[in-house]
Amino acid sequence: METTKLPPSSPSSPTTSFSVPSAEKVDGFPRRSMRRARQRRSHSSSQFRYQSSQVELTPLPLLKDAPVAELHDLFCKKLQQCCVLFDFLDCVADLKGKEIKRAALNELVESVATSRGVLIEPLYPEAIKMISVNIFRTLPPSENPEFDPEEDEPTLEASWPHLQLVYEFFLRFLESPDFQPSMAKRYIDQKFVLQLLELFDSEDPREREYLKTILHRVYGKLLGLRAYIRKQINNIFLRFIYETEHFNGVAELLEILGSIINGFALPLKAEHKQFLVRVLIPLHTAKSLSIFHAQLAYCVVQFMEKDATVTEYIIRGLLKYWPKTCTQKEVMFLGEIEEILDVIEPSQFIRIQEPLFKQIAACISSPHFQVAERALYFWNNEYILSLIEENCQVILPLVFATLYRVSKEHWNQTIVSLIYNVLKTFMEMNSKLFDDLTASYKVEKQKEMKRERERADLWRGLEEYQERRMQMLTEAARNQRNLQERGERGDPLSPSSTQMAQSDQPEPKPSGASTGAGESAT
Amino acid sequence: MAGADGDDSLYPIAVLIDELRNEDVQLRLNSIKKLSTIALALGVERTRTELLPFLTDTIYDEDEVLLALAEQLGNFTMLVGGPEYVHCLLPPLESLATVEETVVRDKAVESLRKISQEHSPVDLEVHFEPLVKRLASGDWFTSRTSACGLFSVCYPRVSSTVKAEIRQHFRTLCSDDTPMVRRAAASKLGEFAKVLELEYVKTDIIPLFTALASDEQDSVRLLAVEACVSIATLLPQEDLETLVMPTLRQAAEDKSWRVRYMVADKFSELQKAVGPEITKNDLVPAFQNLLKDCEAEVRAAAANKVKEFCENLPEDNREQIIMSHILPCVKELVSDTNQHVKSALASVIMGLSTILGKDNTIEHLLPLFLTQLKDECPEVRLNIISNLDCVNEVIGIRQLSQSLLPAIVELAEDAKWRVRLAIIEYMPLLAGQLGVEFFDEKLNTLCMAWLIDHVYAIREAATSNLTKLVEKFGAEWAQNTIVPKVLGMANDPNYLHRMTTLFCINALSEACGQEITTKQMLPVVLKMSNDQVANVRFNVAKSLQKIGPVLDSNALQTEVKPVLEKLASDSDMDVKYFAQEAISVLALA
Repeated sequence: METTKLPPSSPSSPTTSFSVPSAEKVDGFPRRSMRRARQRRSHSSSQFRYQSSQVELTPLPLLKDAPVAELHDLFCKKLQQCCVLFDFLDCVADLKGKEIKRAALNELVESVATSRGVLIEPLYPEAIKMISVNIFRTLPPSENPEFDPEEDEPTLEASWPHLQLVYEFFLRFLESPDFQPSMAKRYIDQKFVLQLLELFDSEDPREREYLKTILHRVYGKLLGLRAYIRKQINNIFLRFIYETEHFNGVAELLEILGSIINGFALPLKAEHKQFLVRVLIPLHTAKSLSIFHAQLAYCVVQFMEKDATVTEYIIRGLLKYWPKTCTQKEVMFLGEIEEILDVIEPSQFIRIQEPLFKQIAACISSPHFQVAERALYFWNNEYILSLIEENCQVILPLVFATLYRVSKEHWNQTIVSLIYNVLKTFMEMNSKLFDDLTASYKVEKQKEMKRERERADLWRGLEEYQERRMQMLTEAARNQRNLQERGERGDPLSPSSTQMAQSDQPEPKPSGASTGAGESAT
Repeated sequence: MAGADGDDSLYPIAVLIDELRNEDVQLRLNSIKKLSTIALALGVERTRTELLPFLTDTIYDEDEVLLALAEQLGNFTMLVGGPEYVHCLLPPLESLATVEETVVRDKAVESLRKISQEHSPVDLEVHFEPLVKRLASGDWFTSRTSACGLFSVCYPRVSSTVKAEIRQHFRTLCSDDTPMVRRAAASKLGEFAKVLELEYVKTDIIPLFTALASDEQDSVRLLAVEACVSIATLLPQEDLETLVMPTLRQAAEDKSWRVRYMVADKFSELQKAVGPEITKNDLVPAFQNLLKDCEAEVRAAAANKVKEFCENLPEDNREQIIMSHILPCVKELVSDTNQHVKSALASVIMGLSTILGKDNTIEHLLPLFLTQLKDECPEVRLNIISNLDCVNEVIGIRQLSQSLLPAIVELAEDAKWRVRLAIIEYMPLLAGQLGVEFFDEKLNTLCMAWLIDHVYAIREAATSNLTKLVEKFGAEWAQNTIVPKVLGMANDPNYLHRMTTLFCINALSEACGQEITTKQMLPVVLKMSNDQVANVRFNVAKSLQKIGPVLDSNALQTEVKPVLEKLASDSDMDVKYFAQEAISVLALA
């Protein structure tokens, strides 16, 4: 590595007793539980990652004291100094070096944030190199293989005291008024962005928070990378949905996407619609939906507000992936549906009302009272109520039977009284239709039972037919074998009618004696 | 078919299709699962002309239904009229192979692979191969992913021009823009290499392998490691060094732990594939590094392979390699900080003793076993105990008991009941090898102590352990050593211990024989019928039922019968029930 321009300390330096082998320093895997292992097995990871030789940092003069002519040179030196990595799992190792780097990073942050004219072209590659060396690393295996972001404490990044400052520097760098995208794009390229996106899997929420803001800035300033970033985010999501079901930064990426979608031009490009239909909607199937559902629902609603014609895709998609066994997710889906209905256009509502209200009826009859309750709350929403009222002719017949039945059957009193309110609302909306439906309820019920019986009959018939066919086939095969065997022995062929008549024999019996036995049995 | 026409009118396709369209998913799913019944009712002709087009056109359903459909179609050859018409099944399976859900797609590919075998070589080129090409050049990644799994099934049976096309398509997919497709291609690389001619393995597969093994995504790189095994097996030894080894070396030192983990996980396969020379020169140092890896996951995977790796080392200098290269690493792993690493090691370390022989085992391995036997993590101890037999074969039971017995005794009183359970299971084995005297002296007390353990599973295991011991040492031994102690527990103030007496009697009566059972056990059981606790009383009834067949009819009539009759009129329902059951089973009514 080129990072070791500073003179190595002499062996007699008193600080050497604190230093650890270089491999330890560069290996930033944040494993608290591994701390002891690392100390004892200090030689272990030397073959992996950067092989920087041992470096002793010496403090450089302060940036603010530097004469203008030397400022950039000093800035550059500090950037190089910050490329040295330290072992934070051993918290007492090389304290002096750590402190020097921390101070240098602080100064760099401060300088980039406050003074103008610091960012000149030669500093770009140095700055990006310093950032890359520090933040890009293979994330360690999760300490807890069944890590549940809702229940468990995340494993925090051990090197955060430095890493935070590096991220802070990166952010200030991007936000600096001197920042020139045309220069930066040579160094912040596709490979850089890909590595940046991989870091979103970090378990440390502080790191993901920084990454979110930084990626947002990169997306905002480097226009040439936008399509690439969107594509790579797609890949991350698709892998998450269909392959691993594990990625810690889904919520953060969705948050960025929320504002990206906001900025989409109209009419929506095919690429963006495809993203909605093939990525965002399937994201609803994830087991860990609850962690990013708010951000996801926000993205979905953003799409609808952009272009109302996607409404049908969205609703039909949600209905396709409607949770079957997880009631907690069902409540989330109902929440999202309400958010969607809040902004739906009446013309779009008509297109999806039928399948949607069938599902809502199914939710109302859920034995889980929270699901039923969440669905019934729709009738408290004035806008939704007005949509229902306009389409009462269609919706009431869809839900009436369910409401009527559940009002008599549900174990939970709150649900029963909510249903009475809904029924009352419908009665007031259209008393004629309501009375008709009440009157025909029993008849419909009976019709349904009749259909049920017919289905059962059909299948019974089909299965009997299958059995007959199978028998026919085996008999045919048996007769054929009989014929063949007779043929082989040179027996005269008996007429096939006799063969058929004998086909109720339990076994094909080729010899004459057994044929006789068959006759005597009949 | 004469009957077929009549049935057409009975089951119009519309009715059947209505079933496949039923609003209720569950009913739809049921109908799809009985698709073969429907096809049979329609006959082969109408299945081809009406049912399959319907299925192809209307595929938009719940993934669960699609999964069932994809599976069904793999077994549909006879229902469309045999191999001659099997290509009719391709259109619906093609659309299933493009859906989003991985499970459905995989099933569709599986079915396609299955029916590919039923295609004639001509049909394969006319119908099947074009489908593979269409999938391979599909717009969305799903179809290209599915295509990856189909190349190897058609390649061996097509003409050389088509073969060249297939190779070209596979090359394209290996450098696909989407990582999902590259992963699919990488995971099929080995399989595809196996059906290729050797020259093409060298000219086509090796560059692809090298490229995938240095992909920007570690999820792709790690799949190349798997392919490495198959590729190395196919190549002649002299080519391995130049074509495979650079990539393998690089993978073993990859910066991503997932790739290194994969190397560790596949180490034995790799070792077999590259042969003894390369193993000695390259794999030994690589294995050492993996055993010392900075990630516990990698160390654990490597530790799991220690025995297999050593076993498969070339015999001429196996011992020397193990002693000077592997054993030092193993020694370090014994005191690793991560319990998964230690427990992985503990599950295989005992196997080393057969390879190293008696002297080395005593000198080098025994201290390691002892350390692991005393490990703070129960799983580590458990793994050691479960493998005691392989050491026993090498160093003999005397040596083993002298060095390991103290540790075993300590474990027999371990706080974790699973550890105690594992020890109990080893008792009959130890007892058989140690002999009666040694057993009575060192282990008998332990065996008796387990009978009053506070965990039921331990008491239960201790009971069946006694049976096995009696089978080994004989009834006389039982009468002198264990029966008195067991019967003594009948007066224990704790009813659970009193019940243990009954359970022991149940287990022992047969092994001890009629005399001991009648003279010593039966009186105790009968006496216990007056116990205050109903559970004890109904267990008396159960015990009598159990030991009845061992007793003579006189004892049954004069002693057992009155007691059971008394219990049959007990105030407790369960006691009554079991007493009556015993009476009827023993035919005492």
